[in-house]
Amino acid sequence: MIDLVSSDLVSIRNSLQNKEFTAVELLNEYIDRIAKSSKLNLFNTTNFENAHKAAQESDQKIIRGEARSLEGIPIGVKDLFCTAGIKTTASSKILENFVPAYESTITQKLKDQGMILLGKLSNDEFAMGSSNETSSSGPAVNPWKGDSSDKELVPGGSSGGSSGAVAASLCPLATATDTGGSIRQPAAFTGTVGLKPTYGRCSRWGIVAFASSLDQAGPITKTIADSAMALKYMAGYDEKDSTSADVDIEDYEQAVGQSIKGMTIGVPKEYEELDLEDDIKQNWYDAINWYKSEGVEIVSVDLPHSKYALPAYYIIAPAEASSNLARYDGVKYGTRMTGDSLDDLYKNTRGQGFGAEVKRRILIGTYVLSAGYYDAYYLKAQKVRRLIHSDFVEAFKKVDVIITPTTPTTAFGIGENLSDPLKMYSNDILTVPVNLAGLPAISIPSGLDSQGLPMGIQLITNHFNEGKLFQFGSVVEKSRSSITNQSEWWLE
Amino acid sequence: MNDINTTSEVRHTIEGQNGEWEIIIGLEIHAQVTSESKLFSGSSASFGGAPMSHVSLVDAAMPGMLPVINKHCVRQAVKTGLGLKAKINSYSIFDRKNYFYPDLPQGYQISQFKFPIVGEGEVKVSLKDGEDIIVRIERLHLEQDAGKSFHDIDPENSYIDLNRSGVALMEIVTMPDLRSADEAKSFVTKLRTILRYLETCDGNMEEGSLRADINVSVRKPGDNLGTRCEIKNVNSIRFIGMAIEYEARRQVNEIESGREIIQETRLFDVSTGETRSMRSKEEAHDYRYFPDPDLLPLNLEDDFIKEIINELPELPDYKKERLIKSYGLNSYDADILVSDKNYAEYFESVANGRDPKISVNWITGELFSALNKLNLDIHDSPVSSEQLGELIDLISDGTLSGRLAKDVFEIMLETKKNPRVIVEEKNLSQITDESSIEKIVDKIMESNIDKVAEAREKPKLIGWFVGQVMKESQGKANPATVNNLVKKKIGI
Repeated sequence: MIDLVSSDLVSIRNSLQNKEFTAVELLNEYIDRIAKSSKLNLFNTTNFENAHKAAQESDQKIIRGEARSLEGIPIGVKDLFCTAGIKTTASSKILENFVPAYESTITQKLKDQGMILLGKLSNDEFAMGSSNETSSSGPAVNPWKGDSSDKELVPGGSSGGSSGAVAASLCPLATATDTGGSIRQPAAFTGTVGLKPTYGRCSRWGIVAFASSLDQAGPITKTIADSAMALKYMAGYDEKDSTSADVDIEDYEQAVGQSIKGMTIGVPKEYEELDLEDDIKQNWYDAINWYKSEGVEIVSVDLPHSKYALPAYYIIAPAEASSNLARYDGVKYGTRMTGDSLDDLYKNTRGQGFGAEVKRRILIGTYVLSAGYYDAYYLKAQKVRRLIHSDFVEAFKKVDVIITPTTPTTAFGIGENLSDPLKMYSNDILTVPVNLAGLPAISIPSGLDSQGLPMGIQLITNHFNEGKLFQFGSVVEKSRSSITNQSEWWLE
Repeated sequence: MNDINTTSEVRHTIEGQNGEWEIIIGLEIHAQVTSESKLFSGSSASFGGAPMSHVSLVDAAMPGMLPVINKHCVRQAVKTGLGLKAKINSYSIFDRKNYFYPDLPQGYQISQFKFPIVGEGEVKVSLKDGEDIIVRIERLHLEQDAGKSFHDIDPENSYIDLNRSGVALMEIVTMPDLRSADEAKSFVTKLRTILRYLETCDGNMEEGSLRADINVSVRKPGDNLGTRCEIKNVNSIRFIGMAIEYEARRQVNEIESGREIIQETRLFDVSTGETRSMRSKEEAHDYRYFPDPDLLPLNLEDDFIKEIINELPELPDYKKERLIKSYGLNSYDADILVSDKNYAEYFESVANGRDPKISVNWITGELFSALNKLNLDIHDSPVSSEQLGELIDLISDGTLSGRLAKDVFEIMLETKKNPRVIVEEKNLSQITDESSIEKIVDKIMESNIDKVAEAREKPKLIGWFVGQVMKESQGKANPATVNNLVKKKIGI
């Protein structure tokens, strides 16, 4: 029996390569555990049969000494990444039976290193949401519950399936995407490490698009070392994605835990005015002190335009989404609802195929791009975006890394915010400026709040400096109090 | 709108019931870029092919697919811009033009809106009366073609072929500088010639490589511009002329009957020669243009543009000037020769070391009428430029008379043999030896003594004697020598 709960990506890789257990044995353990975790509703599709064959091949390779870097390690993939021959639904009814004939660049790169696909993980429909409640397969559930509370909580969103699966030890690594916080916020809600790399660091090819200028793929893992290792194999230029960057990949694994003595960390003073839960604010101040005791200089920085980030984001992202989602029309693939006319076919397909939140964003996006409104909304939002970007550029002249909480609250209950979109959107207040500026940022578990729920610290750094996030992140990892989830209430 | 430089001069009017009307025409030409592959995908851009055989994942707008710009198409657009003496914009942007249609798989067309790749330019057009006009080009931009819908294959269903989906088009927009159907036809002919010289568009209107949207309005000379109607997608030069003539007449009739012109999009019906309403301004789409976030702005390096400048062929205007200067041709002949660069090339090969006027007369006379009869292009001519040159040499050195040369030319067309070979085989060479000709003249005169006397009174009879001599010599006697000898003998 392998102890999956105390295993992480690095330890699993070492054990496999040292032949402490086989890939097939490991896979069977994960399959068992996934089967016992159906209450969490994290998987849209499982891939156990194919995974079995792949694990057997991996074992052969390990025996022959031909093991690739991530040979035989099972992973979970957000259902936004196209996987050849395996259903890819974006958690939407409109793609409920869509099976791509192609593999996304990111999943292909991981497969090329020997990783084995366990299945496709739930997300908010088309990655639109902060709670994983808008998935066509129903809400995903957070493995965490508050102390002495029976309330089921959201795992965050949109990558709630990914964060939940890693937190519940159903896979050591899950791919995810982050458009406004969709990796970091779910990581913070589930006590996992979520990395959003620099825009352009990882290829978007083969990932169902939400908002093209903001979408970025990244890993959700248990530890910073795991995150560094995953990024190494996910990052890289892709000629098939015009917005991917031809920038050298640093040695991320080597950066983990490197001394940061004498370096600087920035605290944005505007963020102190935000409506943050007391525990989260306190945890943020604690984290700043951890850095102080490491010999890091604490510097106050100005991000004056961050307060406009949320409205700008909720114009730009829906605008792009309204156009990106136009291809789901029932004509070529996916769900088709027939009608008496072409217009009816469109209306029926899109009316029944999309959920309420997706429709809301398509409407917002269509509106802000319309003649007569474009300048007042889209163009103005783009100007705000440039100002936010300049704020960060200025700040990073002074500091190596900026520190903030990841979220204003810890995980909330399923259904609590669903009827109040504005409250739901405000979850992204600390993460969205990073996407607008195209910067890399990481959410690291930083302790438990008074209810016993995980909190996350967000570290932000300059473009293509992900190594610094791993370097600085280790301090949080080693200074925080224990964040082990003891209960495993969901196991059947 | 009165600052248009050509408004003051009224070049052409049509007669209404109560006076003259001026037609104002502007064109939007869609020219398919000559390219192996499509604008943003690697699939073939060639015409024809089984339906859906030139379709990539990108062309079909599968989820997660991304466009990558085809550099060759960019080069072609720049080259065309240079050929139109236009400003090349080193910074341009691809935008999405959003609308729903089944043969538009993405739900948007990637086009260029605010920042086109080519700015203002001009085209010199020679009209039939010998006058030149300048037609100003407003812009040229790159965009994707849509697929094709078929509504007549099946009574229940429509079919879609995406072979054309994503093929690169250049949209070339003129200022409203044209004033008649003839001017518009001459402009399109000239533009097509330029595109063919540049090899950036094959100009093949039957295959849809060149289509025009025509903006037509009418006004009383000196008045402000009237309301315009746009006639969509006219695909032959003749139809462009017919559509303009019909539409201008329709508008004049409307206004003279006290009705107003409604701004609308119209279709030209080939079977009736009429235009009819397609949609009004109120029904016009709101295309919600915005920069395509999947593509970075297009930045052209100076060296890239310089390289293209160095590759430019000699363009028709320069070629015409040079033919006039170096060969002493008149403007009319030069216009014919430059209308197709293969004509000019053929001419220069024939005229090399020969009389240019004789060369051009043979080409535009005998050769063109023969090719026309045989329905052949000049590069498929059965008579090569070398052979025609040799024929002209045989005329110049007296071997062949003009009449004999025409006979030889006919044989050349049939047999593709060299003229010298034909002359030898058929013993067709001209008799220039005076004493041989004198013998024939004497023979004719001896048997027609009465006519000789008569001819002294009526010199017109000389022609009869010349004809008899030529007949006797089977047409081979040199006509000039015959003429001189006959005159001498009769004593005139």
